Formats: sequence, C-alpha cells, structure tokens
Amino acid sequence: MVNTAVDLCGITLSNPIMGASGCFGYGAEFAELYDINCLGSFSFKGTTLHPRFGNSTPRIAESTGGLLNAVGLQNPGVHKVIAEELPRMRGFFTKPVMANVSGFSLEEYVETCRLLDGQDQVGWLEVNVSCPNVHMGGLSFGTTPQSAAAVTKAVKAVCSKPVIVKLSPNVSDIASIAKACRDAGADGLSLINTLVGMRIDLKTFRPVLFNGTGGLSGPAVFPVALRMVHKAAQAVDMPIIGIGGISSAEDVIEMMLAGATAVQIGSANLVDPFICRDIVEDLPRVMARYKITDLKKIIGGMC
Amino acid sequence: MKQGIYSIQKNRLIARDTWEMRLKGDTSALCRAGQFVNVKVGNAYLRRPLSPAAWDNESMTLIYKVVGRGTDWLAHCQTGDSLNLLTGLGNGFDTDVSGDRPVLIGGGAGLPPLYRLAEELLSKGKKPRLIMGFGSAAEIYYLKEFEALLPVTITCMDGSAGICGPVTGAKLQAGDDYLYACGPPPMLKALCAYPLKGQMSLEERMGCGFGACMGCTVRTANGAKRVCKEGPVFLKEELLW
Repeated sequence: MVNTAVDLCGITLSNPIMGASGCFGYGAEFAELYDINCLGSFSFKGTTLHPRFGNSTPRIAESTGGLLNAVGLQNPGVHKVIAEELPRMRGFFTKPVMANVSGFSLEEYVETCRLLDGQDQVGWLEVNVSCPNVHMGGLSFGTTPQSAAAVTKAVKAVCSKPVIVKLSPNVSDIASIAKACRDAGADGLSLINTLVGMRIDLKTFRPVLFNGTGGLSGPAVFPVALRMVHKAAQAVDMPIIGIGGISSAEDVIEMMLAGATAVQIGSANLVDPFICRDIVEDLPRVMARYKITDLKKIIGGMC
Repeated sequence: MKQGIYSIQKNRLIARDTWEMRLKGDTSALCRAGQFVNVKVGNAYLRRPLSPAAWDNESMTLIYKVVGRGTDWLAHCQTGDSLNLLTGLGNGFDTDVSGDRPVLIGGGAGLPPLYRLAEELLSKGKKPRLIMGFGSAAEIYYLKEFEALLPVTITCMDGSAGICGPVTGAKLQAGDDYLYACGPPPMLKALCAYPLKGQMSLEERMGCGFGACMGCTVRTANGAKRVCKEGPVFLKEELLW
C-alpha cells in the first residue's frame, strides 16, 4: 500500500490533486461527471467583490501544447457565490474547498477574503495576484515584492484561515516575491499562473483574442512551472502548490520532487474532463512503479 | 455529457473542403438537434466542436468544413480509425415551440444540425422548409438529402447557383411562422431583422465545451450565457448584436 496523503497548511489532503481555479468552475460541471470527493480539493473560479462579465470573445486561442485564455475573471461576485454557489457545492463536495480571490484594489481583496474566510466550507484562501487578463487587475499586485507583500499582509489581517498567494510567472525574480509574501505572513504559495502571450490571425492580421493578449497554459508551460516551483521552494520553507501544464500522475510526482506539497490541474480538465479522477486513480500505481511508498516524503526530493 | 471512443465507418469529401464522416459508437447522450460533440484531434490541444447532422442508436454523421489544422487532420482520418468524443453537449433546438410551418435557414458549415432538426420537426407533423446559403455552387452539399425531406431554396454569394447573394435574398413566404437558423454571425445578425420569432445557434471559439472555462460567454438580453452550456441555441429575441 502507498500513502498519497499530504498536509496543506494544517489540513490533510487525501491526495495532492486539486482542480485549478478557472478550469473547474465552482465544481458543478465536474460533479455531474464523477464524484469529485475523490480529489484532494479544488480551487474555485476566481471571485471578485462585484460580479464581472469579463472580456468580449474570442477569449480562447489555441497554441502548440496548450491554449491562451483571456476570460477576464468572469464571476458572479462574492455575494452570489456565498448565497448560491457554496450552498449548491455542499450538495456534491464535502471536503474543504479553496477560495480563489481576485481584486482591483487592496480594499477589494480584503473585503472579498474576509467574507469567504467566514464560510465554513472554505479551507484556504488563494489570493490571486497574478491574473494577466484584466487591466488594473491582480497582476499589478503580483509583479513586485512590495505590492505582493502589501496584499498578503492586508488579507492576513482579516483571515483566520490559511492564506495562499498565487504568483505570476511574468516576473524576473520569483524568489524575491516568494520571500516577500512569506515575510508578510503568507501560509503558502501557489504557482504558476499563466504566461502572457498572444496569437495573430493570418486571415485578418489582428490578434486572435479580443483582449489582444492572453495567458498561456497547458503542457507547453510545464517545464517553466516546474523550474519556478523549484526556485520558490529553494527560497522559502512553506507549502507550495505546483500549477502549470500537469497532465499525468508522472507530472504530479515530478512537480512534488521540485518542491510542491500539492498540485492543481487546470487546462487538462478542459480537454479531458475526467483527468483529475484518472490521475488520482493512477497515482498509487505510478508511485509503486518508482518505489515511492509515502508521497509526502518526496516533496522537494530532487537530488 | 458522455465521453466515448468512436470508430470511423466513412470519411468522404462531399463538396469543396466539406467532408462527411460517419462514426459508430454510443449516441445515447444526444437528445436534440443542435447539440454538439467535441472531437479530440491528433495535432492540436483543444477539441473541435461539431454539431451532428444525423444519428441513430449506434452511429452519427458529422459534416465538417476544413478550415484549419484540426479539421485538416480529421479529413485525413481513415475508415477504421478511432476518435475520442465528448457527446451530448449544449442545449439544442426546441421543436415544440415553433408553428406548423417553420423556415430553416443555414449558411455553409452551419447547415448540418438543420438536417437533424428537419427530421425532428417532420416527426412532430410540422411542415418545415429550408433556405441553404453557400459561397458558390462548388460548396453545395446534402441538396438531395435535404430535398428528400423538405422544400429547399438555394442561395449562392457568387450567383453560381440558385438566388444570387446572401440567404436574405430568399424572401420569406406568407406561411412562414417561425425561424430556425445556424450559420456565420453576419448571417444571423441579418436574420434578426425578420419579423418572426425563432432560435439561432451561435458559433464561438471554445475552451472546454461543457461549461467549465467560461471561454465562450456572450452577453444576452437575459444576462451572460455560455455558448457551450446554455447555448449554442438561443432565442432570437435574446441575442444582442
């Protein structure tokens, strides 16, 4: 028998597999397909204080080994999430869920986090300072150590639950930002969000995406994510959630060897809606193949 | 929604850049004309959404136009090859609300779901007619198949067959009492001026095709809606252009 359990900021996950924010909605679309309680947890759709429509379409552009998205944080707003999505989620997901929060000002981050911190279904806050698709949006908070620390500190002051800061790869020194978040009181980090990119339509000479640019995700970014998780894990001694192109149990193990305590699966869900369940089921077999008996013991175990 | 593996029984060119593919497999998730399937292709990351032209208990017919890498890959698939599909996606057309004489209007690659729709309307005792629009005569497909079901009017942009110009060149007739349409956005927008109630199937670039990614959301008179989940068929009145 192998042990897949890991500890994420004081909460035990039966396995390290989580659905990633933005690719898992509020869980309902996947709960129709399989019992999502098999997951360690999932991070729900990035939520803001006020409802947001997001960007105009096209919001999706394809790229080799992945896709660009410029959804622009479409969400019903925190009040509707609390009034409608969380009660609905209670019907199909019994584990603590990760609440992903975005904002356009320090005050908005604080208020949204405070409201979600008070929900008993929420296990962790994941503070997104790295959305590349909204103007004046979260990314501006995540690109300097000072602003990332300011958001972290302000949110920590109103939250009793673990605060995980979701970092952008669109920075020159991930280690200094990771340290700034730690020093400001973050309980963990998650990375990477998407890499800013663009595509041009040869039929029109215009950008494919209405927004002009979008965030690249999918298997193409996995090596970048792996290296940044490793870099962050070297810089700070705190739980890290590895995100970026993970599509198999082998990828999960690789990401954990780089320093991740848990992982989030994003884009792969869009192509293979059963992928999270399949990876959870595959994991023990793949662990056995590589003679891993206790998954948490390989965290940061790259030689 | 169901995921399944489908075996290709036929894949043939039926008009310029236009292919008909017959797939054997589980069709039980398909309930209404206008729903779609999302096809995994071998040379691209995202699946390709296609609305079947027809299906029975054990097979379905897809008609697709080669417009890029993914559909080009599909055109090179051989009889006996297998495809991974998500099926039964989207809402489909509601055939109960139309009058007895609905007019179906399809443009180019938007025509396939109207074939199944015509079958469903006929099975309910209604008397649909069809206006099919193409760029030119070389693109015309399924004319005989459609004519076996219902009266057909053809329009071609270049005048090489039927009425010259867009589908709006084929005027409404006195008996037309409801509109079903599928085709490119400019066509649907023009049809919104028609004094008929109706339903229209939108096309949009999609991420997942089952409502998870918010990649295809459009504004409607009834709020933000996902083309893949609340659509692709919308009431004509709720579309905003």
